[in-house]
Amino acid sequence: MNQRFSALANSILRQPWSLWWLQARRAVRIEVRRNLLSLRAWWVYFLAFVPTGIILIHLLFETHPAFALSEDTSVLAGVVQFYYVRLGIFFGCLGIFSRLIRGEMVERSLHFYLLAPMRREILLLAKYAAGAFSAVALFSTAVAANFMLIYLAFGPAGRDYVFQGPGLGQLEGYLTVTVLGCLGYGAVFLLLSMVFRNPTPAALLVWGWEAINPIMPSILQKISVASYLRHLMPITVPGAGIFALLTVQTEPVPTWVAIFGVLLLTAIVLAYSCVRMRRFEIRYTTE
Amino acid sequence: MSAMRDRIVFDNVSKFYGEVLGVNRVSLSIAPGITTLVGPNGSGKSTLMNLMTGLVQPSRGSISVLGLTPADADRFFRTVGYCTQFDSFPRGLTGWQFLIDSLLLYGMSEIDAFRLAEDAVKRVQLGDAAARKIAGYSKGMRQKIRLAQAIAHHPRVLILDEPLNGLDPIARAESLALFEELSRQGMHLVISSHILDEVDRISDRVVLITGGYIVAEGSIHDVRREVRDKPMQVLIRCDRPEWLASRMFSANHCVEARLHTDGKGVFLRTGNIDEFYRLLNSIAAGESINIDAVTPVDDDAQAIYQYLIGSEGSAS
Repeated sequence: MNQRFSALANSILRQPWSLWWLQARRAVRIEVRRNLLSLRAWWVYFLAFVPTGIILIHLLFETHPAFALSEDTSVLAGVVQFYYVRLGIFFGCLGIFSRLIRGEMVERSLHFYLLAPMRREILLLAKYAAGAFSAVALFSTAVAANFMLIYLAFGPAGRDYVFQGPGLGQLEGYLTVTVLGCLGYGAVFLLLSMVFRNPTPAALLVWGWEAINPIMPSILQKISVASYLRHLMPITVPGAGIFALLTVQTEPVPTWVAIFGVLLLTAIVLAYSCVRMRRFEIRYTTE
Repeated sequence: MSAMRDRIVFDNVSKFYGEVLGVNRVSLSIAPGITTLVGPNGSGKSTLMNLMTGLVQPSRGSISVLGLTPADADRFFRTVGYCTQFDSFPRGLTGWQFLIDSLLLYGMSEIDAFRLAEDAVKRVQLGDAAARKIAGYSKGMRQKIRLAQAIAHHPRVLILDEPLNGLDPIARAESLALFEELSRQGMHLVISSHILDEVDRISDRVVLITGGYIVAEGSIHDVRREVRDKPMQVLIRCDRPEWLASRMFSANHCVEARLHTDGKGVFLRTGNIDEFYRLLNSIAAGESINIDAVTPVDDDAQAIYQYLIGSEGSAS
């Protein structure tokens, strides 16, 4: 048993990790340059910064008395909870991560990657990392900008709320939700784009699944990104009317469980994606 | 085992796309040199090439290239270069960016990547166009940049799917000269092309494929010998073609006679070439006929292809 373990350990250590790391970094750089920093990504920027634009307009054209601070704090929580988690990050990640494999199949350029002397698992994980970097950079910047603009409007009262009060802790919570949302949905959409030629219908099913997840048995609630994210929200806004559909109510879980849950879900989905990637075929004519 | 390390080996390989046959029970052992895959549209040439490089997976059987399989991506793709027929590229790149991005994934330094890219651009004679966006390239230039990408890392095996498509006659001649040079350096080249006349001249062997099945393989002459029992066609240039046709056609082994369009020759098809020449010699010696030339007309790839597959050789 010990011998077998040491043989396995030796075999793992003998792998060309430094080459894989170098190839992965270069693939990430190429992907980010081709996708994030291109005009084609405009609509993802739009999705990320629509609320920022609206908040900026409010900042410029409305007065913000100190007593409205708690109301605006709820508005910000609602923007993150209803817009970013359920719409912006969800559909932004759908666009970003679907493009990585399926988009290149549609454009008939994926084979160039598959003909490189690079393990397919490394390629897939590098593409995922590039998508995650793009999504996290965009949506985290947008959420942080929203936060800053909301409290900037209140002058000294806003500054006190951020630096002396619970503000920074809330920002940390929003950013954690944003990062985990991008990682979780990114992994799911990357896999869907490998399984389906058009991942959008499947993504809408996932969206519906996330909406009805609260009424599912406890075990099924764990197969949901949004259900974990809800526990990480610093402020929970109860949904009403149509917004109830966008609000996920789940059994309470500790913060570390929620974070671990999203990361585990992401790891499982990525591991399965790697298995699929090994057998992935270039069949452009069927696209 | 050592022989396998020098060859491309297909061992009873089949590929099905759902219920559609790609290739069936292909067993091949390809030696170094230039091998041409010949077959009509949808015959399975590109499937064979995609199988060789792991872009599609075999439904049955196994493939190895110089003893390597695509599962060992690191060693395999340093050994193999594949110029596909997919006429598409990642968007927004110049020729240089495309080549250097590809080479950087090999893990080499940027200086080495630039040096190899420069060398590849010179070899395919792309010139200053490499600095322009690929989106603005002509078809011939796109073909050249794909070829440059396939040879840039100095592979030992080069697989070329329709590499002459879109090239003007001069560029074709240059490409063929490059293929010959690479072959002389000991490289394996596997080429599919519908321009049989050109590829025929540089090929060491042909593989004829139709409907997913290999119908013949070997050197042009070996393949011709393999189908010796089938009628062979000879063009005889003479002053009395109709008379000669009637004389020759009286022999049992002559199965077809057709006058040349210029009226100064006759195509005769025979099932026994030795008897055919014996009879022709006796006619030439004893009768009043002037025979200017006797030429076997189906000893090239296109003719053999027509023979075996029963279709025009302009396949892709």
